[in-house]
Amino acid sequence: MPSRSPAAAPAISSASSPERSLELRGIHKAFGSFVALQHIDLAVHKGEFICFLGPSGCGKTTLLRVIAGLEVQTRGEIRQNGRDISRLPPADRDYGIVFQSYALFPNLSVADNVSYGLVNRRLPRAQIRQRVTELVQLVGLPGSEGKYPAQLSGGQQQRIALARALATSPGLLLLDEPLSALDALERVRLRQEIRALQQELGVTTIMVTHDQEEALAVADRIVVMNQGAIEQVGSPQEVYREPASPFVADFVGKVNVLPGRVRQGRLELGSLVLPLAGAGAAGPDREVRVYLRPEDVLARPIDEGDPHVFDGAIEKIEFLGSYCHVHLAAPAFAPQGLIVYLSLNYLAERSLAIGSTLRLRLLQERVRVF
Amino acid sequence: MAATLTPQTAAGGPPLRLRAHWTERVAQAAVALIVLFLLAFLALPLLAILRQALEDRDGAFVGVANFIVYARTPSLLQSLWNSLWVSAVVTAITVPLAFGFAYALTRTCMPLKGLFRGIALVPLLAPSLLSAISLIYWFGNQGVLKHALDALGIEQIYGAVGIVIAECLAIFPHTLMILISALTLADARLYEVADAMGTTAARKFFTITLPGAKYGLISAALVTFTLVITDFGIPKVIGGSFNVLATDVFKLVIGQQDFAQGAVVAILLLLPAVLTFGVDHIVQRKQTAMLTARAVPYTAAPARGRDLAFTAYCSLVALLMLAMLGMAVFASLASFWPYNLSPSLKHYVYGLVDNDVATGFFNSLQMAAGTALLGTAVVFIGAYLQEKTRGMALLRGTLRMLAMLPMAVPGLVLGLGYIFFFNAPANPLNGLYHTLALMTLCTVVHFYTTGHLTAVTALKALDGEFEAVSASLKVPFFKTFWRVTLPICTPALVDIARYFFINAMTTISAIVFLYSPETRLASIAILNMDEAGELSPAAAMAVLIAAASALATVLFMLLGRWIDRRTQAWRRTTR
Repeated sequence: MPSRSPAAAPAISSASSPERSLELRGIHKAFGSFVALQHIDLAVHKGEFICFLGPSGCGKTTLLRVIAGLEVQTRGEIRQNGRDISRLPPADRDYGIVFQSYALFPNLSVADNVSYGLVNRRLPRAQIRQRVTELVQLVGLPGSEGKYPAQLSGGQQQRIALARALATSPGLLLLDEPLSALDALERVRLRQEIRALQQELGVTTIMVTHDQEEALAVADRIVVMNQGAIEQVGSPQEVYREPASPFVADFVGKVNVLPGRVRQGRLELGSLVLPLAGAGAAGPDREVRVYLRPEDVLARPIDEGDPHVFDGAIEKIEFLGSYCHVHLAAPAFAPQGLIVYLSLNYLAERSLAIGSTLRLRLLQERVRVF
Repeated sequence: MAATLTPQTAAGGPPLRLRAHWTERVAQAAVALIVLFLLAFLALPLLAILRQALEDRDGAFVGVANFIVYARTPSLLQSLWNSLWVSAVVTAITVPLAFGFAYALTRTCMPLKGLFRGIALVPLLAPSLLSAISLIYWFGNQGVLKHALDALGIEQIYGAVGIVIAECLAIFPHTLMILISALTLADARLYEVADAMGTTAARKFFTITLPGAKYGLISAALVTFTLVITDFGIPKVIGGSFNVLATDVFKLVIGQQDFAQGAVVAILLLLPAVLTFGVDHIVQRKQTAMLTARAVPYTAAPARGRDLAFTAYCSLVALLMLAMLGMAVFASLASFWPYNLSPSLKHYVYGLVDNDVATGFFNSLQMAAGTALLGTAVVFIGAYLQEKTRGMALLRGTLRMLAMLPMAVPGLVLGLGYIFFFNAPANPLNGLYHTLALMTLCTVVHFYTTGHLTAVTALKALDGEFEAVSASLKVPFFKTFWRVTLPICTPALVDIARYFFINAMTTISAIVFLYSPETRLASIAILNMDEAGELSPAAAMAVLIAAASALATVLFMLLGRWIDRRTQAWRRTTR
């Protein structure tokens, strides 16, 4: 039974007192009577890649804009490298920003866009040109300096926007849904590039996204938000494996929700009785909801004497390439049915089809109870 | 007291505010300046009218006494009735006519659309009273077709008949433009679905086209009514003894120096305009909400019978327009109407040189150029600050409201406000009275809203995050304004400048209260010459203004093309 054991603590926070790049304390934001953000406390470490993840309207973009000074928090404090920036206008803060819409200046060439912030620093022209060459190379578009944004694809434009944001070597990189406007393939490619670039430069980065797969793939830590509040902060594995709340379990990844009952420190799941450890076992007997991920049901190896083994009948098979979503009727404990992932090879090997029955095993240590 | 020492960050304390960057202070100062400008040259003059209407000759507050006097003056009430029914008749004629024309331009495959559209818009280039002057040549006492009028049993063109016909011709392009934009907004998918279900053409018209243009029609009707009821030039020239509100204002204020009654009539004139403005505001919002971003633009398919019918119809309307303009040109060139029709330039010479109108024409050009320059600058900077800078909600809200207000203020009312406000000896700006500078400022304010809306539309099309990106790169907003915003918006700037220029050339209504003999304008000279019975030089002058406006339109078009080539290269690039 899961409990948050110290061994599972994320790598970052276990490192010896990492330097704090950004600290948010008690951030609260209201638009009239609508509360957009509440009780936001967060410490971002130097060189860390953080993702704000949540459904639309959860306040993740508002929080990013508060950090950028584009919105003003109603109360709360923001510190960057120990300096209080709570009331500084955007121009006096230290960050580079990339928007979903790229926001490239359409009438300026790529070189002029990238050097936009450099020109203002009265650097010698040769130095600017050198830096521009360096940056367009960094984002993988060497030789594009003379082009206009309209001549570039969406992904290329977003790379230039990234180069522009990085040109002045800011201490913090803010990415506001930078991949949402791109097609699926380009999205995956660019997110890998952004992650590689971030690790190469070691720049502290905050990315807002509503795409959990994106967040799981690139982040050091994910901040899951819901209705203006933080639900959980943790590494991708933590958030996925040990969701702190039903909302997180539901929002990140697919999950089966089953009715259960805790009695005398054990979990009764239909006719199955599972041992319960940690905090979940404590407390009075009660009705609970049991969260079970589709991959936490194994087809093999099956030990017939195992108490977690059950029988299911296949109702529907959703073919997704190398594996399938299999909808099962498992009357033993899942009155609404159960979705499990089974590999295509396994289904073929056992010649399973709709109507077939099969024997499966619950991975009991993965089951979460709320 | 402990309570006063509670730190601000505690719950319930006032919300945090960001410290202002110095560049933001620049923006704030600029907004304040523009608001101040609009207060001084728009809001205060309007308040001066209200004050006049509520005071007696000695400046004592009398409440609604002046309105009661007005209501007890039968001759003035007669004018009110005249204005109302004439405006209603013109609206009832013009809107259907313009709808047919707009439909032909947007929903058929009629040939020569550009030419028809151009001809229909010609009246915009001249003062509205050009159509009245032409009408006198056609149907006046010495008119070419006077006998036709007699045959219809109409005694004379001077009066209601003349006003209605002249207004229909003069207002037509205004109505047409609104209906064109209403009919251009069509979702082709609706028609495709209707076709797929085998719907008849008539049913498509009544179930898709007409409901789609509903708001445009309401808007067009209201604007037409307001333009007619507030127009001064046409009733002045062809109204004869038929009095309307607009001519009453002039007579009361300039003739009888009865400022209180003048102010009362001005307020009456303000009512339909304010109503139009309010309704239009609601309607506009609905119109845009109706068309989603995913709509597919409609393109008409050829239909022989329909296209032919509409070509015939548009030819007829175009013919009327050309007859109007052509007669003014012809009469202005005739040696001595109607006895000697051999062509000569003597009316132009007489008008321009002997009657000292050359100065007027030069004044007009000067004022139009000034209005175009100043107006474009103020309008665009104002719109930019309103759309793209942050903070100062109250001041920016005031700017937004003041920028929309001129749309609801007829020129005649604005001009009257200027007299009351700037002619007051106590006003420190009194020195401006009668100067070309004040007339320029008045014209900028008079036509502010259309320019403002054009600028706002252009600015809204820009990515909303340019300013945020600039701030993150530590580039002050005005640098981004200069390097990015302004170059991208130059086509809109040229449009705004042209609009100001043409309107400054042709306007009469506000200026008629403000000129002095030295600062007389060409458009005012027409009025003066007409009053003096010099109809031919008046026609010559009107033609000259139309020619200058046409030339200016062409020049602005060339300027636009040149700027386009220099600043819009990025638009033409392809991947």
